[in-house]
Formats: sequence, C-alpha cells, structure tokens
Amino acid sequence: MEKLKYALFTGCTAKQSTPEQMKSTMAVADKLGIELVELTEASCCGASHLQDYDDFLSLVLNARNIAYAEKHGLTMVTICNTCQLNTAMTKHRLDNNEKLKAQVNEKLAEVGLEYKGTSEVTHFLYAIIDDFGLDKIKEMVKTPLRDFNIAPFYGCHNIRPSELQNETHKSAESAYRPTSLDDLIIACGGNNVDYAEKTKCCGFHAELQAPKTAATLTGNAIAGAMDNDSDWMVTPCPLCHLKLDTQTHHASEAIGREVALPVLHMQQMLGLALGCTPDELGLNHHLTKVDFV
Amino acid sequence: MSTDGITTQKVNFKVFRFNANDDYLPYYENYEMDVTSEEVVLDILNRIKWDHDGSFSYRRSCRHGICGACAIKVNGRSTLACKESMTTMIELFGNELTIEPLSIKRSVKDMIIDKGDFWQKHDAIHPFLISDVDENPEHEHIVTQDEAEALLDADICIQCGACHYACPVIEVNDNFMGPAAFAKAYRFEADVRDQAHKERLSELHSEKQGVWDCVKCYECAEVCPKEVNPIDKITKLHQMLFKEGVATSNVATRHAVGFKHSIAKNGVLDEGGLVLYSEGPAIVKHVPVALKMFKKGKIVPPWAITKSQNLDEIKKLVKSSSTVKF
Repeated sequence: MEKLKYALFTGCTAKQSTPEQMKSTMAVADKLGIELVELTEASCCGASHLQDYDDFLSLVLNARNIAYAEKHGLTMVTICNTCQLNTAMTKHRLDNNEKLKAQVNEKLAEVGLEYKGTSEVTHFLYAIIDDFGLDKIKEMVKTPLRDFNIAPFYGCHNIRPSELQNETHKSAESAYRPTSLDDLIIACGGNNVDYAEKTKCCGFHAELQAPKTAATLTGNAIAGAMDNDSDWMVTPCPLCHLKLDTQTHHASEAIGREVALPVLHMQQMLGLALGCTPDELGLNHHLTKVDFV
Repeated sequence: MSTDGITTQKVNFKVFRFNANDDYLPYYENYEMDVTSEEVVLDILNRIKWDHDGSFSYRRSCRHGICGACAIKVNGRSTLACKESMTTMIELFGNELTIEPLSIKRSVKDMIIDKGDFWQKHDAIHPFLISDVDENPEHEHIVTQDEAEALLDADICIQCGACHYACPVIEVNDNFMGPAAFAKAYRFEADVRDQAHKERLSELHSEKQGVWDCVKCYECAEVCPKEVNPIDKITKLHQMLFKEGVATSNVATRHAVGFKHSIAKNGVLDEGGLVLYSEGPAIVKHVPVALKMFKKGKIVPPWAITKSQNLDEIKKLVKSSSTVKF
C-alpha cells in the first residue's frame, strides 16, 4: 500500500487543553506509517461560535485553512469533531455556491491565496477506517484490548448532520446506528458497549451559557456508559473528552449521582492496542485517572 | 395493480402502552407482523389498532405529511409516521423496532402526548406577522423573490414536534424554548413585512431559556421530516441579534465575539483567555478544575500558546472580512 499522507489540521484543543491527543495522534500515525504534515499556518475554525457572530469571516478563515491543504496537494485530516464539521461545512457551501466562493476568494486574494476546492476534508477516524483499513489494523494489533468493555462516544459533529457526513466520508454512517468507533474498538480486540447515550450530546457547546444543562448531559452520558458495565469510554472528539473527563464533579452534582469513567481519545485506544506505551500516549494527563494500564 | 418488487419481512414490534386513567406505570406489548416494503410506519400503528388491540391510541389525520399529528419515536428516533417508510426503518434499525410516543413522560394514552409545553413555547414567540397594515390598502405589499427566499424553509414547518422532543435540552430543561419555536420565530424575523423585529429578537435573546442555550447537537436537523433545519435558523437568529444591534453583553455573546479577538491575536484560540473574556469575574468558579488541569499538564499558560504561522495574513483577513461589529 502506498504510504498515506495527509495535511493535519490540529485545531486549537490538541495544542492546549488536550495535549495528549496531539501526542497520541503522532504516536499512532508513526506506528501506522501515516505521514502527517501539520498545517502550522491554520487558524481556529471558529468552533461554531464565531459562526454565530460573523458567518462570512468564519467562511474566509476556514477557506484559508483548506487552501493551505490544497497547496500541499493533500487531503486535510482533522482530529476534532467540531473542526471537522466547520471545515466540511465551509467546503460544502463554497463548492456549491460559485458566488460565495468568489466573494471568499476575493478576500483570500488579498493575502495571495485561493480556495479551489481540490482538497478533501476528513476526520482521522475516517482516514483510518476508509483509507488505512480495519483489517490492516487488526493485523497490527500487538496488545488486544480483550479484557475491556469500551463505551464508544461518537460526538455530535462527526455523525450529524448526516447529509454532510455522508457526502464527506467514503463509508457513510448512520446518525442513529453509527459503526465507525464500534468497529475500531472491535479491531483493537475490545468489547464494544452498546448504550443509548453513545450518539447523544455531551453538552460542551453550552457549557458557559447553560452550565446546568451541559452538566446534566455530561452526567447522563457517563452514567449510560457506567450502567452498561463499561470499563472506560472512548471518543474521537477532544471537546467531548474535555467534558467527560474534566467535568465529572459538576456532572455528578447535576444528575445527583457520582459518575466518572476514564475517557480515552480514540488515538489513545488505538495506540494501546498497537503497543504504544502509556507515556507515548499521554495517559497521565487525564483528570479521571486511567488506572487500568 | 402489479405487486412485482414488493417484499415482505417479519418484524418484532415492542410497543409502549400507558393509559393515564388506569395505569400506574407504562409497559410494553410485543407484536410480530409481516411488513411489506410498501408500508409506512402509520400503517403499522393502524394494524396494531385494527388487528390486535382496539384500545391502542395514537394521533393521525392527513396521512400526507402535512398535519404533523402522527409524529412518534421509532427506536428513539423522532419520526413522522405517515411519511417514514418501514423499509427505511428496517434498514436503519433491523427487525426489532420499539415504538414509543415522542415523549414518554408526557404520554396521556399510548402514543398520545400532552403537547402543552410545545404549544406554550410556540405561542410565546408571537408566531404571527406583527404589522400595522392599513385596513384599506391602495395596493398589495409586494415581497420580492429574494425577500421571500430569505425565509428559507422556515415557513414549511408543520409543528409536528419531532425536533422539539428530540432536542436534548428540552429533555433536561423544561424552560428551553426548543428548536421548533426558534424556527418559527425565524420565519417572522426574516419576513420583511414584520414590524416587531427587534422586540421578538430581544425575547429570544433572554437568558435561561433563550436561543443561546442550544447545544448545537444537530438532532433537530436530523429528525425534521420537512427539512426545515431548525439549527440553521437558530444560527441565523444568533447572527441577527448581532447584526440588528439587539445582542447585549452576556456570557454567550462574549463567548462568540471572543473567538474573533482570540483569532486576531493568535490565529489559534487562547482557550483560557476566551473563558476569561466570556465569564469575566465569574471565571473564579472554574478555578478548581483549572488547577487540577494545570497539575496534569492539560493547560497551556497564555505565554506558551503556539501562534499560527503567517499570523499577519490572519490579522489582515480578520480586519478586511469582518462584517459585524459588537
């Protein structure tokens, strides 16, 4: 197989409040022989909040990010569900509206850039499943996670809106019965836990303005995983990770019950199965202690 | 009529039952049926009533996806029963299907729920055109094609409640207005003839139940049987609040605007700085968690944030492409 190479859009969180996600992404890519060219010129995607304030500015900034991936002639790979949504949505809108694309390009021309629409945008989870292949992952597993019941937590922005996701990823998945993360757990040798909350919202995007609502959703998600005998949770979204890992106190208060489970980034889970050390994966950075390794 | 191509398969239905007059707790009945590829979910509800149990209750009326009466949940997914094909449901969930009302806690009898909260919230946004119209106008109020298109799909909402009872915020916060009410509000906010523009926006802007409490999960867009895409309308209401100068400084508006300032400064986000900008002195409530994160190496101090390369480009674009002031 030809060596896979992507333009990596890290997003902001992997460089700040989830450094272990960046670390584990690079460790896993190294193990799999995937080359990641970091888009160091990229800006924040706006995280769906800048979009509430200034839609056109967010389009210009996201188009600029994709333009840099295009300069490399590579597919852009994201490692955050919300970055994935905002970038893919920008691409969809510009690729389907010549007038809007021209307006955005008029601005990008001021800094010598052009959005052409030539680079695809996909999440690292889907790059692994669609391009690398789960069969090959299975062959490379050194430490099967067979002793663990692992609860997948998909995160809203990788599965909804499904029209956009289906257009973006080669292996389209259902917003109601997604399979990608479950399949990855199984490929790693783990037992995938089925529970109602796995496709629900963690509450991250309303944490500051509606803290009680957000904490209740977080608590319900962890409780759902706990009630189904999960040993730990895994998510492809660093924002979900932040809510589920660091907000357990507020979540417990909100739902009137003590809840806490280790919450691994999907790269960390894959890394464990591939034989990376806990240190290489940054497992020491979690607030909810990862005590099974 | 030819029946070529019609297929049949066996499906097990687990159906929610509850009669508020007689039952203390709800229960589920199982019905096994041969389902044809031609049927919609409403056909199954009809067959349960007609062939199995005449007491089974549900709302139905037009059977054409217009009245919005027959919305229920299948395997947890809000569904307009007369529009949703059984083939789609079986493809999505397999041959074990659970049929429940839109909201179990609001069930009055089987699939029939008390939609009082839905209609109260619908009424609260003043869902009508507010305009001082001359009783004897000299000519019609002409709306241009572009002005009409500004409503997008907001005017085709049928008030079925699918999005409202799929919304996770509604589930945990009874005061939240909900996606259907916001989509309806947008329908009038975007209407050039409406004269209560700023008043209605101000009400939507209020904290506790207002438009800022949306968690952006896209459930409402996913389940809407008419493709109204309520979250798209919620986003547009957010944008209107700023453009019309109605937005006041609160944690939600500062959170949105803070992204622009942070991007203009660093390219990437200064996450801690954003929380400080959004919360102001109230940031102290985050200190315990922040300290724990700091000890675990999960927080980068402001002076150590890696800025985007070619930051000058970003600064220039933020300056030249900004369309909103706040």
